[in-house]
Amino acid sequence: MKTVALLATLLTGALLLYGTKDFAPWADPQSPASTHLSAYYIENAVKETHVPNLVTAVLGDYRGYDTMFETVVIYCAGLAVVSVLRRRKS
Amino acid sequence: MKTLQQRYEGRGLGHDLIIQTSVRLMVPFIQLFGLYVIVHGHYSPGGGFQGGVLLGASFILLALAFDIKMSMRHFSERINLVLGNTGALLFVGTGVLCALVGGLFLDYSALTALFPMDAIEWRSFGIFIVEVGVGLAVASIMLSLYWDLSSNGDLEEGL
Repeated sequence: MKTVALLATLLTGALLLYGTKDFAPWADPQSPASTHLSAYYIENAVKETHVPNLVTAVLGDYRGYDTMFETVVIYCAGLAVVSVLRRRKS
Repeated sequence: MKTLQQRYEGRGLGHDLIIQTSVRLMVPFIQLFGLYVIVHGHYSPGGGFQGGVLLGASFILLALAFDIKMSMRHFSERINLVLGNTGALLFVGTGVLCALVGGLFLDYSALTALFPMDAIEWRSFGIFIVEVGVGLAVASIMLSLYWDLSSNGDLEEGL
């Protein structure tokens, strides 16, 4: 069983590593991510949100849905730990 | 866990004058900096997650240098749970509120219907509200994780 698990892990790892071959190279200005979204954010974020910090603007406004679920994940982790471990009545 | 607690009692680990004094001095500054990071997230590197972690870490530091009871005297269990819920609710609630007053989910500019302010100003202010929610949730959940994991869930005595 252990061998099967090890083989499955290695195979998945190899597949993932093989997949990275098709990624755009680092800092390539012509990659799709740099030509569409990033350019829009850089040009319009301050104008549209009045937030000088671009990272906060993307995190809190353009990608707010994503950030919301990041918070919910942390919240669920806390709930799980409290409900599994807590033994004292509060 | 048990042996660590016995060692803790036996050798008085953690009860060190230098550590306790320096923690006592540092904690207020860490908390102030945490609040600054949350509030100033618009203008400098920072935001809810980082500031929340700083706030939570300050209380964890208290628990490490003194004991869990000490950190719970400053930030009680009940307030902790309430704040964690408030933080998560503040984020989701803002999103739902935007949808209720006629915009899209999490489209803060729709909130002009509630309070007449420039739509773009609302987008900036909405990010701030949401970041405060994230900060509250992260701080209290971090602290709750530490309390429960280090004390086996009875909140009596931790590492």
